[in-house]
Amino acid sequence: MKRMETDVVVVGGGATGTGVIRDCALRGMACVMIEKNDLASGTTGRNHGLLHSGARYAVNDPESAAECISENRILKRIARHCVEDTGGLFVTLPDDDTEYHKRLVKGCRAVGIDYEEIDVSAALKIEPNLNSGVLTAMKVPDGTIDPFRLAASNVLDAKEHGAEIRTHTEMVRCIISGDRVVGVLCRDNLNGELFEIYSKIVINASGVWGRRICETAGVPLTMYPSKGSLVIIDYRVNNVVINCCRKPFDGDIIVPGDTVSLIGTTSKKIDYDRIEELDVDDDEIEVLLAGGEKLIPNVSRTRVLRAYSGVRPLVSRSGDVDGRDITRGIVLIDHEAENGVKGFITVTGGKLMTYRLMAEWAVDLACEKLRVDVPCTTHERPLPGSETPSNRPVPHYFDGISKSVLGSAHYRHGERMDHIFSKDKKSYGLVCECEMVTAGEVEYALKNLCVKDMIDLRRRTRLGMGPCQGELCSYRTAGLFNDLGAADEQTAIRMLKDFFEERWKGVKPVLWGDTLREIEFTYWIYQGLFGLGGVPDEDEPI
Amino acid sequence: MINLENISFDHCIKCTVCTIYCPVARVNPIYPGPKQSGPDTERLRIKNPDLLDESLKYCSNCKRCEIACPSDVRIADIIQTAKWKYSPKRFKIRDFLLSHTDLMGTLSTSAAPVVNRITGLSLTKSAMEAFLNISSKRRFPAYEPGTFRRWYGRMKSEQEAFSEKVIYYHGCYVNYNDHELGKTVVRTLNKLGVGVTLIPEKCCGVPLIANADLPGARKNARYNIQSIETAVEKTHCSVVSTSSSCTFALKHEYPGLLEIDNSAVFNKIHYITAYLSRLFAQGPVPELQPVNLTAAYHAPCHLERMGGVIHTLDLLSNIPGLKIVLMHSECCGISGTYGFKKECYDIAQDVGEELFKRIADAAPDIVITDCETCKWQIEMSTPFRTVHPIMILAQSLGVYTF
Ligand SMILES: Cc1cc2nc3c(=O)[nH]c(=O)nc-3n(C[C@H](O)[C@H](O)[C@H](O)COP(=O)(O)OP(=O)(O)OC[C@H]3O[C@@H](n4cnc5c(N)ncnc54)[C@H](O)[C@@H]3O)c2cc1C
Ligand code: SF4
Ligand code: SF4
Repeated sequence: MKRMETDVVVVGGGATGTGVIRDCALRGMACVMIEKNDLASGTTGRNHGLLHSGARYAVNDPESAAECISENRILKRIARHCVEDTGGLFVTLPDDDTEYHKRLVKGCRAVGIDYEEIDVSAALKIEPNLNSGVLTAMKVPDGTIDPFRLAASNVLDAKEHGAEIRTHTEMVRCIISGDRVVGVLCRDNLNGELFEIYSKIVINASGVWGRRICETAGVPLTMYPSKGSLVIIDYRVNNVVINCCRKPFDGDIIVPGDTVSLIGTTSKKIDYDRIEELDVDDDEIEVLLAGGEKLIPNVSRTRVLRAYSGVRPLVSRSGDVDGRDITRGIVLIDHEAENGVKGFITVTGGKLMTYRLMAEWAVDLACEKLRVDVPCTTHERPLPGSETPSNRPVPHYFDGISKSVLGSAHYRHGERMDHIFSKDKKSYGLVCECEMVTAGEVEYALKNLCVKDMIDLRRRTRLGMGPCQGELCSYRTAGLFNDLGAADEQTAIRMLKDFFEERWKGVKPVLWGDTLREIEFTYWIYQGLFGLGGVPDEDEPI
Repeated sequence: MINLENISFDHCIKCTVCTIYCPVARVNPIYPGPKQSGPDTERLRIKNPDLLDESLKYCSNCKRCEIACPSDVRIADIIQTAKWKYSPKRFKIRDFLLSHTDLMGTLSTSAAPVVNRITGLSLTKSAMEAFLNISSKRRFPAYEPGTFRRWYGRMKSEQEAFSEKVIYYHGCYVNYNDHELGKTVVRTLNKLGVGVTLIPEKCCGVPLIANADLPGARKNARYNIQSIETAVEKTHCSVVSTSSSCTFALKHEYPGLLEIDNSAVFNKIHYITAYLSRLFAQGPVPELQPVNLTAAYHAPCHLERMGGVIHTLDLLSNIPGLKIVLMHSECCGISGTYGFKKECYDIAQDVGEELFKRIADAAPDIVITDCETCKWQIEMSTPFRTVHPIMILAQSLGVYTF
């Protein structure tokens, strides 16, 4: 069996894991990150990407609120191309009690969140599509954060500082020697090969899967997985984050996310053995759309693109709690101190937007154990792509490449866009027409951003995430994979099929109206015209 | 920045049929076509208005994409609105001149012979190209001295004697460039027993829309609709127009693109051939002399967009001796003021090339089309005289001779 050695192994390639690996690499440690699927394929890629101002927690959980506002300020600086400083509003719906507004004001003041109470008319000016009957309004420094870009940029920086990244590589179990975890046994999920990585420390950053990882090290971890569902609206029906001003409940927030808007979220406690079943129920969709419509009436006239769900990695370290009332705080466990198992750290809980702080804590602890005396710099060091202020004008490359194409690439990759467009005009041929992904961007992602298949590529670029859900880009992309030597013909065709299966999973719960027409048309092209249904599955012989 | 009214882009299923039908995308590789310029990038512009593509200027607003779209996406409207809504407002003297056809007409007709000479001079043409970006290759429409309205003034009492009357929205072209068409309309209608009334009118706004001055177009629209409403309320007369684009604007661009309510008079406004073919259908059909000509008929895009071609053909089919050769449905390229612009001239000619070839193949005696700018384009680009269908009808009725 193949065997590698390193200082630190990080398990999990979500926001937390990618944050940890970057921090390790920046502090000069030899490190390897393993992710069983793709970057941000877990909970990180399944939320609404709210860059909390902390206001949502200011009333009930001031500790989380304080973490949020502090990280909010940091991320706006270091991750400019992953966050958008949209601003946010808290509004009291016509049927709600304005009492909560006062409590929220008090909470924000206590935590130090820069809120501003404004007239409803001023709120309507900021967000013209807002329900005009709202009773109170207040501005908060909410923003949005793109989890895919965030994970990819952290990994890119880590790689550039010597870290090794292995996606589609699963940790089978910890390797134990005496009272110490000395490494991990891994399986390459692309070819089934097993191998070992020996290390001085293993950091478990596997989110809601953390309990399973801990079990292989023989330590308990009590998780309270809570499923949340969201729906995606075809375009931005709002340009600022809109929150209901009351205790959090289902369907109380609409977040603009790149070209779409997301309505969130439900909250359902689920059994731990069901964390992989991510179905969205009809009643959840109903609740979300009804809630969204109350905030922005136009929601009812808009196409719903998809619905999906994620599982919050909530941990109980003390008593029994469930669902939303649990603290969303960061959980850092030194298993040596807690369970007497050396060389093993778990970091979980928290939020997407507190990933950096979680990583800082975990790596501080690892450094202490390894006697590495290098301080954390991630709070001041910009991610690759965010080096200069985002208001730098989009560079002009050559005539014939339009602003919508350049601007979209810049939005997604920041400064790194310079690596995407070359003088070769082929590089700006459009592959995905909804989200303006070019052949150059596909090639760049394939070479630099750990892309193994088309689904990975979607997470790096937004390819196939627009209204047509892959109708036009997918066959071109499969062709490009083949052209660029990233897949042979049969593999490319299978990727195409897998890509559609993945896309349709999110579309199925919302099959009505224009979404239904779109999918019927896509089905007609790929089944009727291309005969894609005749392609055998992976395990069937061709 | 989200326009609640026109969210038709949301219905686009990305079938790309519109782009196949776009005459500009066919000949100009820099223009990404209606799908990308309309529904695709509208989503991006809502996110960030800076993502407005300069290439939108190549859209000629011919509306052919909208005819093709199976999802009823108002693609051309989205594009014209975007040009105006998201772009930094820059005053361009060229666009101002081209779009204010009424102002230019007023200024030019008083000195028509001089203006015609000047705009025909090659020196002037080069100067216009250098300073105004107006193509030097474009032949300018001639201005006539005086206005059609002035001529009508002398006919007014005669017209009032008719018991049945229509309101004639003559538009800028008839008033400043082609009095003959206006006069022929009056004589034709009179021959059919219908008197002609004029009302206060302004330019319909089509050139303003094309040059991204939606507020200006809206102002004119409001004025025109008010004028029509007042007249219709008083007289209950129908309103006819001999310009397919003016009619399209009055009926469809006003409520659709400009958000001006015309519902009170919508059913009263007709393109002239629709009005006449109904008149003929009611009977009795007047006595018609043979017009022994082979005519190539070109259907203007805007007439196609409002489904009006059938009425012109229907009307012409009454005329004995007239042999119509129907041209393949396509754009002639000029699209109003579009083909005058330096950056669009070649595109306009490339778009029209097929049509010019087909016209030549038909070897007609004459070309018939309903639109004044199509007429300019065809006359400039082929050796054939091009006339409005009314001119043929008038010939058949004996009120006009070629
Ligand atoms: C509906 C919903 C909405 C939310 N909204 C927000 C929000 O708006 N803002 C915000 O800040 N937070 C939000 N959150 C919380 C946030 O999404 C999570 O806290 C965060 O993404 C967790 O990241 P993580 O990296 O710890 O876990 P994950 O993203 O789940 O990463 C864990 C990774 O480990 C991998 N893994 C698991 N087992 C193994 C193994 N054996 N070997 C190798 N790899 C393995 C998984 O594949 C996974 O990719 C939301 C959560 C939910 C559910
Ligand atoms: S209006 Fe005409 S030129 Fe403009 S996009 Fe549509 S078809 Fe093309
Ligand atoms: S024809 Fe209509 S539905 Fe098809 S791509 Fe064009 S706008 Fe979309």
